Order: sequence, then structure tokens, then C-alpha cells
Amino acid sequence: MPIPIIETVALTRRFGELTAVDNLNISVEPGEVFGLLGPNGAGKTTTIKMLTTLLQPTSGEASVAGFNITRQASDVRRVIGYVPQLISADGTLTGYENLMVFAKLYDVPRGERKRQVLEGLSFMGLDDAANKLVRTYSGGMIRRLEIVQSIIHRPKVLFLDEPTVGLDPLARKALWEHISQLSAEHGTTILLTTHLMEEADHLCSRVAIMHHGKVAALGAPADLKASIDVDGATLEDVFIHFAGDKLEPESGANYRETRQTRRTAERLG
Amino acid sequence: MRPVKPGERLNGLAEMALKQPVNPLTTVSRFVYKTLVIAELEVRKLRHDPTELILRAVQPALWLLVFGQVFTRVHAIPTPGNIPYIDFLAPGVLAQSMLFIAIFSGISLIWERDLGVIHKFLASPTPRVALAAGKALSGGVRALTQAVIVYVLAVILSVKIDWSPISLIGVLIAILLGAAGFSAFSLIIALLVKTRERFMGIGQLLTMPFFFASSAIYPISIMPGWLKVIAHGNPLTYEVDALRALMLSGGTSSLGLALDFGVLALGTIVLVIIAGRLYPRAVT
Repeated sequence: MPIPIIETVALTRRFGELTAVDNLNISVEPGEVFGLLGPNGAGKTTTIKMLTTLLQPTSGEASVAGFNITRQASDVRRVIGYVPQLISADGTLTGYENLMVFAKLYDVPRGERKRQVLEGLSFMGLDDAANKLVRTYSGGMIRRLEIVQSIIHRPKVLFLDEPTVGLDPLARKALWEHISQLSAEHGTTILLTTHLMEEADHLCSRVAIMHHGKVAALGAPADLKASIDVDGATLEDVFIHFAGDKLEPESGANYRETRQTRRTAERLG
Repeated sequence: MRPVKPGERLNGLAEMALKQPVNPLTTVSRFVYKTLVIAELEVRKLRHDPTELILRAVQPALWLLVFGQVFTRVHAIPTPGNIPYIDFLAPGVLAQSMLFIAIFSGISLIWERDLGVIHKFLASPTPRVALAAGKALSGGVRALTQAVIVYVLAVILSVKIDWSPISLIGVLIAILLGAAGFSAFSLIIALLVKTRERFMGIGQLLTMPFFFASSAIYPISIMPGWLKVIAHGNPLTYEVDALRALMLSGGTSSLGLALDFGVLALGTIVLVIIAGRLYPRAVT
């Protein structure tokens, strides 16, 4: 068994009374595309925020690429890339400028920067738009640019939080291709969250279905499908089986989150 | 991005930086470099859309052309050395436009927070204090554009300006320091209140006391006793004092330039450190 590149041990985060992530134990192997699935409020984003050092865990531990997320936070930040759910490219700058800033912040050597930026742009098919302001980009282009921003330093682990939210089906499929290519060509370990079953089925080698901050089911999509008592089960069925099929108003996003998600969707759409 | 060749080490760039030796000198130079990268980013944004800077220039123009000219005629306000009131006012208006542009600069942080831009910066290996320092420094650069406008207006109004290079550099440093300090203060407010509406409310609430409890438009000597006390605790007073000494030909400092620059530098450093410490709050 290879040494896991991401490992969480009893990772827990509470917000007052609410336990957003509850005693989470997952381990991700190098090179994997690992999916965190679950309804809104299941704790996916909170988990990613802890693993990317943006949020301190209440208790428990986690390591990324061998570094402890609380004690070695600055080392973790060097070896990860992160594409948040919200928009992270600056609309008032050009695509090239957006990338250059991060090449500098990630200490990409001076002589390498320009090459990395140009290669990144062509990898995502953004060469022609390099010198246009990002606010003129389409939703799919913005997401692709954001991914280049996050891999400009060739991270070991890439975190994608709801990468295809707000994209139309065509842009979504195109982005899947890019993510698969990134995993295949660079061997980058990818941890992504989604609530699209089709997306997880298409991209992930393993998924963890989260519910109320806990892992409800974990395994390869095919194994999970086989494990439930439905003929010709889809991952959708697995999801409903483990995450429950009833609507739970208390688990939904609050007003501010909903507003932000809709705004993001509007900007990307 | 080209495919990785067989045998090529994966993810080399991310690891390379980890293996660099760490000593106090590289830490400091990296910190300064990161600060400049953030400031450069902000300046680039301004270059793409300078509308704000042009709109901001209206206010100092009104103060100098209307308020300044009228009050110069009525001789209502005694000036040290009996210089024309418009000369006395010009450095005050310069300090005021610096204050206004700096104290509202934190709003960009609230925008970035709502968008999600800030998450990515915080997940990068950039020191938090460098993120705050870069933003504060860019506030300084924005204020310098206002200085150019105030100087042009002052020339038109035949204010006696000290053009010696040392004085000009002094003004430049005073503006950069002052604006960086007030910008850091603005960042702190933005990090604490979190919504645009509250931020604007607090910004409006604070600018006027800073402005009126300073020597920007009248000397401290004519203030009532209680206001004098407040004025001496107001950083804008030290800014105005330094600008009046450096901008005007034959200008003198009533508090001492060393004290002026000392207060501005110390205040800015403390505020930038506090803003850096609070920065992670932007994502919670």
C-alpha cells in the first residue's frame, strides 16, 4: 500500500452547536482523483477549507503530502493548489496577469515563469484570450483559468470545490476532459467536491459520500453501485441510498451562501 | 502544459521552493517581494480602470477652488507666519484626499471576499502580513495620484511650493506612509464588519472626525482645549504637519518632522501587523 497523500484522522470542525465535519477519517492515495459527494451542508467545503489550511480543525488531525495541516500549514500551502467554489480569478485583470501574480506568489523561478504561464494557457486552450480582461471571459474559460492559476507551481495535490457549478453541459464536459488530462499527464492527486453524480462517476477513482459531516459510504463508484440492492444502480441511487432521500431543510445552505452560489452561477453562466 | 517526460521529477516547482535554505535574510527579502507583488497587482487593476482616481480628484478641487478661495478672501482663519490661507490649506487638502482614498480602500477586500478571490491568496504560501502590507502599499500608490492632482491645482492657485528634490521625496514618503497606515486601518474595519453597507457606514462616520480634529483646515492653536487634546492623538495631524513643512516654500513643522514621521511609521507598522493577523478571518 502506498503512503496516503491526504490522510485525516478523526478530523472534526464545529461551528457553535453545529458539527459541520464529524470525526472524518479518509485517506487518498497519490495520483487518485477522489470525490467528496453529498448534499448541501454535508461538510464537503468545510473539509476542503481545513485541508487547504483556511480553517482550523476543532479537533483531530490531517496531513497533506506528509505535512500536518495545523503545525506545518505553510509547507502544506506550497505543495497544494486550490480552486474555491466561488470565483477566484480577478475580473479586472487579464488572464495573463492573473497567472503571473500566482507564479510570483508561488516562487516559480524567474526564468521559468513566463514559460509556465504560456504553457498553462495553452494547456487549457486560453492562448487567444491571454491578454483580454477576465470579466469578458465565458464561465468555462474562467474556471479553466482558475485551474491554471492553481497548478502554475505544479502542486502535488489539487483541491477543486464544486468545479463545474454554474457551467452549461458543454462547458462541463470540456472541463472534465481537462481534469482527466491533468490527472493522467501530471499525476496530480485531485480531491474534488460535487453533487453531480454523473461528474463523480466520470472523473473519480474513489468517492466518499458525506452526510451530516460523516462519511456514509466510501469506495470506487462501481463497487458502491454493486453494494446496494438495486438492479442497474447508478451512482445517483447510491447517493440516495446513503445520503437519504428526504428533503432536510435544516441541512440547507443559509441565505448568504445561497446568494453567493447563485451569483457565482450567474457570473459563470 | 507539456506532458511530463519519463524520468522527469513530478511537481518539481512546488518542491524546489521548499528546499531553499531558510535564513532571516531570505525571509525578509521574500516578505518584501511578496508585498510588492500584491501591490503591483492592485496598481495593475487601477491601470485597467482609473475611473475611481479621476472621480476622487473632484473633491480636492472643490476644497481648493471653492472653499480655499473664499476663505482666503475673508481672512477668517489666522495662519502661522501670516501666509495666504490658500497656501495653508493646500497641504491640508492633500492630507484629506489621501485620507479619503485610503480609508475606503478596504472595500476591495469585501468585494474579493464575496467573490472568492481571497480564498486563493490565503491558500498560497504568501505571508498574511505581506497580503495586508501589499494592499496598504497600493493604497499609498493610489494616494500619490491624488498628490499629483493637488500639486497641479496648487500651481494654478499660485501656492508657493518648495520644489527641492529632498522636500518632494519627503512629501512622497509622508503620503505613502500615511496612506498605507489609513489603508491598513481600513482593511481592519473591512475584516471586522464583513458587509459593504456596514463598512461604508463606518467609513463615513470616521472620516469627518479625523479631518476636523486635525490641523488640515485650521491651525491647532485656535481649537478649544478639548479638541487640541484629540488633535494631538490624531495621526492625520502629524501627516498634515509633515506635509505643511515639506510642501510649502519656507514651511515649518510645529511638531517636528522626526516626531511626524515616527508616529506615521510606527502607526503604519502596527496597523499592518494587526491587519495581517486578522486576514484569515476573511474566509470564516
